[in-house]
Amino acid sequence: MGHVRHLYVHLPFCAHRCGYCDFVTVVGRGEQHGSYVDALLAELELEGDVLADPLETVFLGGGTPTFTDATELARLLEGLPAAEELTVEANPETVTPDLARLLRSHGVNRVSLGAQSFQPHLLAVLERRAAPDDVRRSVARLREAGFDNLSLDLVYGVPGQSPADLDHDLDEALALEPEHLSCYELEAKPGTRFTHAHGDELERQAEAMEGYFEQVVDTLTAAGYRWYETANFCLMGAKAGGRDLRARHNLGYWRGRDYLGVGMGAVATVSGERRRNVSSLARYLAALASGAKPPSELEIIDRETHEREKLMLGLRLDEPLVVAEVGDALDRKALSSLAERGLVDVSTNGRGEEMSLTRHGRFLGGGVTAELLS
Amino acid sequence: MEQDRIRNFAIIAHIDHGKSTLADRILELTGALTQREMREQVLDTMELERERGITIKAQAVRVRWRGHELNLIDTPGHVDFTYEVSRSLQACEGALLVVDAAQGIEAQTLANAYLAIDGLLEIVPAVNKIDLPQADPDGSSRELGELLGESPDRVLRISAKTGDGVPEVLDAIVERIPAPTGDADAPARALIFDSSYDQYRGVVAFVRVVDGRFETREPLRAMAQGTAFEAEELGVLSPAREPVDSLGAGEVGYVITGLKDVSSLRVGDTLTSRRRPADQALPGYQDVKPMVFAGIFPTDSDDYPELRDALERLKLNDGSLSYEPETSQALGFGFRCGFLGLLHMEIVRERLEREFDLDLLITAPNVAYRAMTRTGEIVEVHNPAEMPRELDEVEEPYVKASVIVPKDYVGAVMELANERRGSFDHLEYLSEERVMLSYELPLGEIVFDFYDQLKSRTRGYASFDYELAGFRPGDLARVDILVGGEQVDALSLIIHRDFAYDRGRQLVERLRKEIPRQMFDVPVQAAIGSRVIARETIKARRKDVLAKCYGGDISRKRKLLEKQKKGKKRMKQVGGVEVPQEAFLAVLNLDSDRKK
Repeated sequence: MGHVRHLYVHLPFCAHRCGYCDFVTVVGRGEQHGSYVDALLAELELEGDVLADPLETVFLGGGTPTFTDATELARLLEGLPAAEELTVEANPETVTPDLARLLRSHGVNRVSLGAQSFQPHLLAVLERRAAPDDVRRSVARLREAGFDNLSLDLVYGVPGQSPADLDHDLDEALALEPEHLSCYELEAKPGTRFTHAHGDELERQAEAMEGYFEQVVDTLTAAGYRWYETANFCLMGAKAGGRDLRARHNLGYWRGRDYLGVGMGAVATVSGERRRNVSSLARYLAALASGAKPPSELEIIDRETHEREKLMLGLRLDEPLVVAEVGDALDRKALSSLAERGLVDVSTNGRGEEMSLTRHGRFLGGGVTAELLS
Repeated sequence: MEQDRIRNFAIIAHIDHGKSTLADRILELTGALTQREMREQVLDTMELERERGITIKAQAVRVRWRGHELNLIDTPGHVDFTYEVSRSLQACEGALLVVDAAQGIEAQTLANAYLAIDGLLEIVPAVNKIDLPQADPDGSSRELGELLGESPDRVLRISAKTGDGVPEVLDAIVERIPAPTGDADAPARALIFDSSYDQYRGVVAFVRVVDGRFETREPLRAMAQGTAFEAEELGVLSPAREPVDSLGAGEVGYVITGLKDVSSLRVGDTLTSRRRPADQALPGYQDVKPMVFAGIFPTDSDDYPELRDALERLKLNDGSLSYEPETSQALGFGFRCGFLGLLHMEIVRERLEREFDLDLLITAPNVAYRAMTRTGEIVEVHNPAEMPRELDEVEEPYVKASVIVPKDYVGAVMELANERRGSFDHLEYLSEERVMLSYELPLGEIVFDFYDQLKSRTRGYASFDYELAGFRPGDLARVDILVGGEQVDALSLIIHRDFAYDRGRQLVERLRKEIPRQMFDVPVQAAIGSRVIARETIKARRKDVLAKCYGGDISRKRKLLEKQKKGKKRMKQVGGVEVPQEAFLAVLNLDSDRKK
């Protein structure tokens, strides 16, 4: 039995590729869902010895995992090792009552819904297929099926979005009382269709949209959510019923833990090696069909790199980072000057010296981290 | 050779008016070099000189013509080297004044011609390029004749390119230019009119013997500087070095000194023998001081040792270049360099970049100032950041400037001169079409893009020359630029109070655009003393964080951050503000932008 407590499973299929997306996705291909699930289970068989039993978390991401043929999805879920947290990503328009029940009955205990926005004009820009009602309906169906841990994804900084639009989206999302919210600023990544179409507009809006991040944080924290990671919020205290509703799977990443990833384009980091599977569906399927591991790129994460990543990831969280754990990655001089400027808090307790970003520091987390890196 | 068989002459001509070609033809015609041996334009030895069509270092060549020994002494061809030109001319009894038949006389040629006339030299005028279809030999001859008070018939008409009229030039040199008249029996005296550095043999002095005779191995002394050495070798250039046993009165040649420092032997100084020293040095020696200063910094601070070595090596051949280490908070370690003028600065910069392959950052040039502090102390200031704040009075160098333009552009030139605090002296018609305007101008106004403005406002027709005319008090202010409340030393400037506000605004606006937003508000100010005259604020960033970061993104995000980190390391820190080098460059280039 191994030591890895987190497993990521990639399901690349989508009904449509949204313009801003740069994930590894495959449109349609209903006929290949079965062989892909075969391949996933085969890869898991080959790689599985590193996994702990039971696992802490399993995360099915995509793509649109819930676009996968239901029978095949069920077969996959049945073949996965047991975990304390089992999350599936879903697009609202794919959540039928049947699907909700299927997920629930196969041990899924957390669903992350890609809502993105409640405004038809913004959904259109994002090329999302769900209508605002789909989001509300899917939440209701999941609740009905018994889910008590739902997360909504929201995107802000969409071309044409006004501060009032953002307020409206946040209100709508809060009205659904999700346990967890992920709010991302839209990244116009170079080379995507979206950037080609909207890049200039985004640049014009850049200054006006600078305040959106603050608006998101202010609104959600005022509504009782904990801003526990740069872009992630969860209910806390009484509203959480005493539960810790942070995404445990993602916490694993942010704490610099090892994780296994299976599927085309999936990434694993285990014992100082980061491996990225080939992102061609055909090559992925062919390798596993012949009983071989899929082709992959290997990156060595030595101790120094690991510490640098730990610093960069750990500072995204609201929990303090133990200074001793990041070793030489930290520039001590920068730390004191940033502390002086009110961007970092430094304290010492039983665990030794700890640091975390102040509220102001978290808004400037990129720049602050770049300074803190030695 | 008997003195009456010797003729020493220089050629005075504007850039491109054919001096070098004429020199080539003379060497060819006198058999000093066969055509096959001929390298184009033998006298210009440095690559840069050839490319820019200018001569920086004077040399001397001996040729023979009809039983006479002719020494052609080459003169540097630019405004910054007036003193060197005057010394070269001092070594001659006559000068060939060469003017392009299509373009007529230019300001600089005129200035040098006046130097020759003042030095009592016999002028042999010639119009060149008569083979060109657009040549106007009659008009040019008339202009030259009027200028010299001679009949246009005395003006030779030649084509250095085809060789047409060149023998007549040599004849005229022999006939019209007087022979030297030094006292062959007097204690030896020779004028140093140039020097260069030979890496094996040390400093080589080029001299004109005035009185007496110098022998090889003779112990010598430079009278003004007191430098003592032995003449390791005497010789003449024909044009290759040709050792001789002695050099007598009237002769021109070189002395190999073995000295290791060019500045120990200055142009204009007098050599004499220590065995039988002369009482009096030849007149006219000046200790030429640099008037224009700029900070030179390596773009990459690791190149500092290379820059230091390069300057050391340049200085070997260029006694008028001065430099001392300078540390700028903003630009790091570099040197504050002193130049004779702007062209000199340009030449040094180009040689550093080209011959030594250095990437340089050069501050805006400034002139030398004389500041009188409240305590009555007088300090010479070469760096605006060192100008004392408590001042009683500041003096700045002025020049007498002359501009020659077609008469249609007189208005444009006057306007420019007025904008630059010039005071009009006089105007003179050189011909019906061409006018010479004389102004007194602060040198500081000239180093700031004056020449480019002049060229652009006169469509390139103006020619320009100046000579220093001493220091005068000016209503000058030191403007400091502050970023984040801290002074950026490299951007301080000294400027007339009337222009301080505009210039301060420009700098501050430009910096606001160039400095990236930081994690806090950054004020950018221009100030005179404690009074802020312009202010801009670089607003703080409100957000600087990557939205998401999960398993698959970690490597990419880490690399992004490392890149951001590297970017920060390249920036210079001023008042806790990260300023990219490009920002300094942009501000320092403000001048060149104004030209557009």
